[in-house]
Amino acid sequence: MRLKSTLENYVFVLPAVTIFVIFYVIPFIWVFQLGLFDWDGILPTKTFVGLANFWEIFTQDKIWWASMLNVGYITLIALTFQNLLAFLLAWACDREIKMKNFYRVIFFIPPVLSEVVVGLVWQWILDGNYGLLNGWLHQAGLQAWARNWLSDPQTALTTVAVVHCWKGFGWGFLIFLAGLQTIPKELYEAARVDGANAWHSFKHITVPLMIPVVVLVGILTVLGTMQAFVLIIAMTGGGPAYHTQVPVLRILASMRGSSRFGYACAQGITFGVVLILISFIQYRFSKQSRNT
Amino acid sequence: MKTSAYYKTKKVLINVGVHTFLLAVSVTCIFPLLWMVASSLKTQETIFKDMSLFPANPHFENYVRAWVEGGFGRYFLNSIFYTVVVVVGIVVVSSMAAYAFSRLKFPGKNLFFFMFMAAMMIPIPGSFVPLYVLLNKLHLRNTPIGYILCMVNVGLSTSIFLLKTFFDKMPKELEDAARIDGCSKIGIWWHVALPLAKPVLAVVVVLNALNVWNEYILALIVFDSKPLMPLQVALTQFGGEFVTQYPLLMAGLTITALPIILVYLLMQKYIVKGVTQGALVG
Repeated sequence: MRLKSTLENYVFVLPAVTIFVIFYVIPFIWVFQLGLFDWDGILPTKTFVGLANFWEIFTQDKIWWASMLNVGYITLIALTFQNLLAFLLAWACDREIKMKNFYRVIFFIPPVLSEVVVGLVWQWILDGNYGLLNGWLHQAGLQAWARNWLSDPQTALTTVAVVHCWKGFGWGFLIFLAGLQTIPKELYEAARVDGANAWHSFKHITVPLMIPVVVLVGILTVLGTMQAFVLIIAMTGGGPAYHTQVPVLRILASMRGSSRFGYACAQGITFGVVLILISFIQYRFSKQSRNT
Repeated sequence: MKTSAYYKTKKVLINVGVHTFLLAVSVTCIFPLLWMVASSLKTQETIFKDMSLFPANPHFENYVRAWVEGGFGRYFLNSIFYTVVVVVGIVVVSSMAAYAFSRLKFPGKNLFFFMFMAAMMIPIPGSFVPLYVLLNKLHLRNTPIGYILCMVNVGLSTSIFLLKTFFDKMPKELEDAARIDGCSKIGIWWHVALPLAKPVLAVVVVLNALNVWNEYILALIVFDSKPLMPLQVALTQFGGEFVTQYPLLMAGLTITALPIILVYLLMQKYIVKGVTQGALVG
């Protein structure tokens, strides 16, 4: 009777666990195995090369590290510009103002769209020859400012980063707003009675209480942005000449472009370790900031 | 001495400033989409010169051409099919598991649950590489079922988390009553637990539907044959083949974006809930 009941209970988790083991656990293990081999993905035989793939990443793969820098740059812009914008918007909406819901609905439209749609629409707007942005600049007599935004090595990466922020700030906005709304209004009331002005209550009430939320949004922004790549496929494909390459795009290129499955897995592991290190540092940092 | 008129003016000015800021950002959010629709109504000849937001002769037939000649009709139906099947799969599989994690006893329960939660935290960039190998081995690559199973797996962890959190807080009395009436465990899950979980199921459905509809990378590596592709992959390959037919591409983008925007506007309550709850997991 007991045994039958236990077996019956397993039936409930069996489908989930089966799918999870096959499509998550096994690939997870394979990444570490394949990383040690040289394999084109087709031949039945794989050549064991030990840590040679990793050695190549660390000593020869300049494009890989350039792509790491690129994504670091995009992440930095997202952390500062995008989150500052999100915070300011949330702060502006966290009060008795009209059309609050309208704004909230609008700001979250870019995040629900796919990266492909966002990337292709912006690519069209930013097109060097026929794009709307350059068209406007010409009309305004600012020809000198017109650029091949996405094919000029000087502007491509920043342009991609700005579009990434456009797509992403709505997330931060929603989470910041939810955080701001948990701050009891009585606190502000009490501060006002005590003679604090708006700046004081912002500095002494809002900021300290929001630090955990800011850190949370920071972590989500970093992890999300570091792994972004579909937007870049849609906008530049990684060009011009590797100027907008990011790590996941390199992994995809190793797999599909040069058919080096082992090397692609080694890149994946290297990058995964970087991501885990970053989130660990941020976690420590957030603990520290909460304690002081 | 500052008068009340001073404070009133100051308040009005602040309000005007705040609204200007918020409206300016709102315009930048919506304008690219309006431009996308406007461009979809022009012709390959006028699109490069005509900068109007409301073209004088809107060419609605572009949508028919995109649907038929561009193949977006096919891709649209593929996307609908994958989205519906994957979401149904996720709802059934994850609600059963979440119910068991919340209510039933069996050895290894905590370990399994921990595995699902750990999967949410550990990033494996480039997991598409071994998945490609795996699907090849199972002869599931370039098949709808291979893609569907991969996508069900993608949605499992978050959905199980949301549903288990809900089941944990749900009062047990109704289930007890059903059990006394002789209802089986599966019966209780289906007839009692699921109906009660409707609000959180709505969150699970909407979040996963958005996710599947917008998914790109797995579809890219799973499908070789065009007739099986969903919209997102077809869109990125559209430009490469023809001298890019911008009006048709823009029509295709509108066809892809419109359902998402509609679902979002109708269900935004659930999406906002899902996003804020999902964020708290981290």
